[in-house]
Amino acid sequence: MGKFKENVIQPLIDCWSLIVGLKITGKYFCKPLVTVHYPRQVIDDENLETYGGHVELIGKPKDPATPKCISCMMCVTNCPSKCLTVVKSKPPKLTAEEEAAMKAAEEAGEKVSKPKAPKNPAKFLYDYSLCSLCGTCIENCPAKSLKFSNNIYWVATSRKEMKIDLLARLKEQATELSAPVPKTEAVSAAAEKEA
Amino acid sequence: MNAFLSNLIPLIIAAVAAMIWLGLNALVWVYCERKFAGHIQRRPGPFEVGPHGVLQPLIDGLKLMGKQLLTPDNADAVLYWLAPLLSMLPVLLLFLPIPYGPVLIGMDVNLALLLILAFSSFNGLAVILAGWASNNKWGVLGAARAVSQTVAYEIPLLLTVLTVSFMTGSLSLLDITHMQDGHIGNWFIWKQPLAFIIFIIAMFGETNRAPFDLAEAESELTAGFHTEYSSMGFGLFFMAEYGYMVVMCSVCSVLFLGGFNGPFPGIEGWWWMLIKTYALLTLMVWARWTFPRVRFDQLLNINWKWLLPLATANLLATALIMKL
Repeated sequence: MGKFKENVIQPLIDCWSLIVGLKITGKYFCKPLVTVHYPRQVIDDENLETYGGHVELIGKPKDPATPKCISCMMCVTNCPSKCLTVVKSKPPKLTAEEEAAMKAAEEAGEKVSKPKAPKNPAKFLYDYSLCSLCGTCIENCPAKSLKFSNNIYWVATSRKEMKIDLLARLKEQATELSAPVPKTEAVSAAAEKEA
Repeated sequence: MNAFLSNLIPLIIAAVAAMIWLGLNALVWVYCERKFAGHIQRRPGPFEVGPHGVLQPLIDGLKLMGKQLLTPDNADAVLYWLAPLLSMLPVLLLFLPIPYGPVLIGMDVNLALLLILAFSSFNGLAVILAGWASNNKWGVLGAARAVSQTVAYEIPLLLTVLTVSFMTGSLSLLDITHMQDGHIGNWFIWKQPLAFIIFIIAMFGETNRAPFDLAEAESELTAGFHTEYSSMGFGLFFMAEYGYMVVMCSVCSVLFLGGFNGPFPGIEGWWWMLIKTYALLTLMVWARWTFPRVRFDQLLNINWKWLLPLATANLLATALIMKL
């Protein structure tokens, strides 16, 4: 009886699955299209929110031009494509006066601590031509300073143009945010189309 | 001499008309297929050339014609270039005995079904020549697969066709259509439902269409038997495939769906034939973009383990009932 079921009933059930498949694709055939005709139409900002583009920095809530980044290098060590370069800041150079004062204090037996380096990075470079958008850097960032951008329109004609300074980008974004109307590229493209 | 001429001239006209009809069908169906595929996947399909991309197949054709004709090194040039022609030319002949109306028929022969089956198997020869003459191991492998497929699927196809010709006692497509005159209940699909289903499946296998497009198998065999063909060499194979599709769907609508007969008496005409043929073609395209490609052993199993015994049983049952 088991053999009968396996050899006769099962194939018939399988044949029914073909009709189910046709039903599904038939349903999709009738649904409206979702593709955007790119140069003539652009995606609205609402749909861009879920888009995971290149990696970018998140600014501090009070000071959006400086990143939350603490230069711990977790992103760099975890990046499988080696597309991030972080350079730690050096401690500020002391002036001759300050150095002399410190020396004097040390000789007097006081406990002197040299000024520490600031935590935020001096350089944060990113090579989009290498990045595979795996998001490992974002997952591993202890300060939650990295995110996927929703910049969908980044196109370049050479590898050089694909290397960007994320700190500079963050500064730009900070100034843009403080401006009265945030001008995204999608909006400008739509405006161009209207013009 | 006069009788000879009066026979020859309509035949030439019919051949030219078949040529135009084939070209037109290939052009339109390439476009329709791409559009259907697009809409099934919720994208627009060809869109840039002409309004909604209607000129796309024409431009593709021009591109194919503009490309260089290449013969691979050490290939057998004669056989190599004979293959696409051999694939294409029989298709023109296949259109001749298909009745689009009581009078709208290229050539009413008594052995129309036999002629169609015989000449459609030229495709297998064309495929094996193309693969063999290409001097390419993928070509040979693809050809071997394609031939074992077309030869296998020819048998259930033949057996199902035989059931219908048992019932009508004729091999002429016009006679078979006239047997189904009247209302929709006379169509053979109701008398031979199993044969209809087997014919549809074998039709997919015979025309190398997905899910049975293992002759091409672009992901496994780098396009199989036509790996080496460029420009119109490939174009002819491509057009022949669409030609065979149209022929097979026409034959199917004649055999099972009443040909040019409408569903109710008094409204028959060539448009019914076209509607039925194009509905079947749409089904083929729909199936292509729904089902994944089968594995080669599965393909042969479906044929030898299922279609062939079922078709044989169906044929024997029909013969028994007709005799009683």
